Amino acid sequence: MLGLGVDRLQADINRLLASLFHQGVLDEHFLQLQQLQDETSPNFVYDVINIYFDESEKLLRNLRLLLMDREFSDYKKIGLHLNQLVGSSSSIGARRVRNVCVAFRSASELSNRPGCLRGLEVVEHEYHYLKNMMHELFQLEQQRLLAAGVRYPI
Amino acid sequence: MGMAAESQFHVLAVDDSLFDRKLIERLLQKSSCQVTTVDSGSKALEFLGLRQGIESNDPNALSTAPVNHQEVEVNLIITDYCMPGMTGFDLLKKVKESSAFKNIPVVIMSSENVPARISRCLEEGAEEFFLKPVRLADLNKLKPHMMKTKLKNQKLEEIEELSKDENGTVAAAAAVVPEIKGSTKAEIEVLPLQQDLLLVQQGDQTLSTNNKRKSMEEGISTDRPRPRFDGITTAV
Repeated sequence: MLGLGVDRLQADINRLLASLFHQGVLDEHFLQLQQLQDETSPNFVYDVINIYFDESEKLLRNLRLLLMDREFSDYKKIGLHLNQLVGSSSSIGARRVRNVCVAFRSASELSNRPGCLRGLEVVEHEYHYLKNMMHELFQLEQQRLLAAGVRYPI
Repeated sequence: MGMAAESQFHVLAVDDSLFDRKLIERLLQKSSCQVTTVDSGSKALEFLGLRQGIESNDPNALSTAPVNHQEVEVNLIITDYCMPGMTGFDLLKKVKESSAFKNIPVVIMSSENVPARISRCLEEGAEEFFLKPVRLADLNKLKPHMMKTKLKNQKLEEIEELSKDENGTVAAAAAVVPEIKGSTKAEIEVLPLQQDLLLVQQGDQTLSTNNKRKSMEEGISTDRPRPRFDGITTAV
């Protein structure tokens, strides 16, 4: 009975991942990230993605503050923030977030303020979608670990 | 801590982003390297023992005393290009200008594909220029570079031992030092500045100099497994 719990959860995890790949939310860099995890660093994916969340949210907050400022003109700063976001999103395989950041960056390179505001909204939307999906994934993983643990009582 | 640490390569990784430091640290560990991470070029220089007292707001900054570099043997420096204050390029220059550390191979990483920037770094003496996201396969290219400095250091130690035992044979000892020719400036190809430069990853990647520049975002190598969606096992 308990074994079935693990298998069902694993199937849920696989289904969720497959869906995220299919939607283009994630790409193969995410798999490469998972390959870096092992017994010596068993929480690597969880840790690094949480750092990604922290840093990204800081960047997004700064971007919003910059753009909301009536006297805003520092498009270069926007570009620098976006370079960070593009880079880190690529590294974890967050393809859709990365792509909308690139589009946002193009608007900033043209000093297009309305374009930037739209770009930011799209990025925020994609980012939050990714974050929710990752939380769901981590929850499933946690449940699977628990189920597997119960199966092999110490 | 492992006793094998002595024979392991020690890499100094420099990046102002915590995220990138975490990633490069894991990648290097996975490549069996010992890693030290710092968040700025000036901290990197401090670690090496090269603090030059530039714009030092830090009251705890080390003085310029040249440290016996064998105590902090670093076999490779890998640094981000875009950092506030001292950029990766500035760091590269400082390292190459220093008599003590100019032989340490330096690798630059950047999330931006700017051919002029890549050429400039290679001309200044960088061994490799990696586009982020850096992959495990990229780090495999670094082993030969790190091996050079390690061998050179070992040879130098052996020579020193020899010249101590024998009288007046310093000249002979010097002749024995094998010239471990690395990628000197004259040998570095300055490739044409094309955005669509194609890189063919050869079988023997380790000694290839074609891979000095990566101008392609996505890998086109054939050695990377394609993502499979059925039966994906994940681990958290």
